[in-house]
Amino acid sequence: MNTLIQAIINGLGTGAVYALLAVSFVIIFRATGVLNFAQPGLFILGSFFCSYFAVSLGLPFYLAVVLAMAVVALISIAVERVAIRPMIGRPVFAAALVTVGLFTILLILAFRLFDAAARTVNDPWQLNRFCLVSSDTGCSIAVAHNTIARFVIAMVVLAALGWWLSRSRIGLAMRATSLDQEVALAQGIDVGRVFSLSWAIGGALAALAGILLAANGTVVQATDSLFALVALPALILGGIDSLKGAVIGGLLVGLISAVTSAYQPIYASWLGPNFENVVPYVVMILVLLVRPYGLYGTKEVQRV
Amino acid sequence: MSLAVHNLEVVYEDVMLALRGASLSVPQDQIVAVLGANGAGKTTLLRAMTGLLDIHRGKITRGHVSLDDKKLDTRKAASVVSAGVSQVMEGRRVFAEFTVEENLRVGAHTQGSAGLKEKYDRIYEMFPVLAERRTAGAGYLSGGEQQMLAIGRAMMSEPKYLLLDEPSLGLAPKIVEQIRDLIVSINKSGTGVLLIEQNAAMALSIADHGYVMENGLTVMDAPAATLRSDADIQEFYLGGSGEETASLRDVKHYKRRKRWLS
Repeated sequence: MNTLIQAIINGLGTGAVYALLAVSFVIIFRATGVLNFAQPGLFILGSFFCSYFAVSLGLPFYLAVVLAMAVVALISIAVERVAIRPMIGRPVFAAALVTVGLFTILLILAFRLFDAAARTVNDPWQLNRFCLVSSDTGCSIAVAHNTIARFVIAMVVLAALGWWLSRSRIGLAMRATSLDQEVALAQGIDVGRVFSLSWAIGGALAALAGILLAANGTVVQATDSLFALVALPALILGGIDSLKGAVIGGLLVGLISAVTSAYQPIYASWLGPNFENVVPYVVMILVLLVRPYGLYGTKEVQRV
Repeated sequence: MSLAVHNLEVVYEDVMLALRGASLSVPQDQIVAVLGANGAGKTTLLRAMTGLLDIHRGKITRGHVSLDDKKLDTRKAASVVSAGVSQVMEGRRVFAEFTVEENLRVGAHTQGSAGLKEKYDRIYEMFPVLAERRTAGAGYLSGGEQQMLAIGRAMMSEPKYLLLDEPSLGLAPKIVEQIRDLIVSINKSGTGVLLIEQNAAMALSIADHGYVMENGLTVMDAPAATLRSDADIQEFYLGGSGEETASLRDVKHYKRRKRWLS
């Protein structure tokens, strides 16, 4: 029982990071119809800039977080303007491949910036943990501070974003643009500005996810960007165009891999070590077979 | 005070000449009809007037569009709407996943959020059927209701000119009559209407002035009453030859030539 609870707590922590990442994919996908494979690049740049501001410049951590998100948002806007805007009207497949190229470029940039060194983001939580349930042998359920921080920060940010998107004029314009660009233009929506804004939000969320991943008291390096790809199973699970689905998908993927890593070595050790890294993709394949639009994805509204 | 097109030439993809010299003028107190067969350039004309050409890879190569003597064709789509020119696109194009009210709110995008309530009320008064279904998904409305929603959405920006592309498309005759009456009342309340139609009978029955387009040219330009009684228009657009033919023996066996074709 304790093992399960411990796994759930850990899973919610990483799941929150997946949720942020998945939402960042969804925001860009819904606005521009492009699955942005460059997100992992923006994600790792987020942790780099946070590290740069917090460690190299010695700024307070929270200020560094905000600055890093802003810088990555700007990079994201520039990327959209230069590489994606000219692809409007082209097949989305072509645009998606452009983002694969962008991922490579951003990754190389990240490697240069990190300079092969591992960095920290100097977060206030470090490796601190408190004991939720203690037993005679010591602590049986421990909760790391950064787990709580990840979960709370991610959920607050996502809730605020979701509320803003559903209520505000700009949020409605963003959703309208995602449904039909030409009609959105005809209603007086500046579609170009909507694209920039979506990429800025997507970039900032990816950066925040990168920072939260790095905020575990240990080091972060350029290769950690591949962590962001786990957002894809989360996306598929939740439904690729649904914000709510992305959040739930992210948390579920986090939970599933945490529970797997807790029990699989005991009950199915023949699957080998690190099987929890495979599980999300197994889930993704199953979802694609059974329910291709995911848990909350749009099934087309049709008049009969 | 008018929305006018002066000798417009439009080319798609740098090669396809879609408009070869279209001119028209819509005074704010009138309904102006544009008739024409498929491919005559009616929709292209509308796109050119509202800044939607570039997403279709089209360009204005000659001529210009003006709104009250200010140039309109160099503006982006968004600022055309804020200048007071709204459009209802062909095929209704409502946001199927949005509710009726959300659709209307998108229409008021350029107006900010102030006074939204009054604007809704105005539209619901004009289209009571939309008020009943304000929270329904627009995708589930009937064709006629969707057309009303599309018109209501365009009216949310309180335009000086409303451009309608085939509002009768695919609707039952009874609904077409309803839409027609609505267009008249919109015009009465001070909005100039440009009505692009293939349903010439409907369009000419309410229009003050009419244009006929063929192959990218405006080939005829006359008051609607004149057009209604014109023999060519009756033959080619109103589906009758005017005088009743008593027996099959008297039916013309030659095809009438259009006078205006060169």
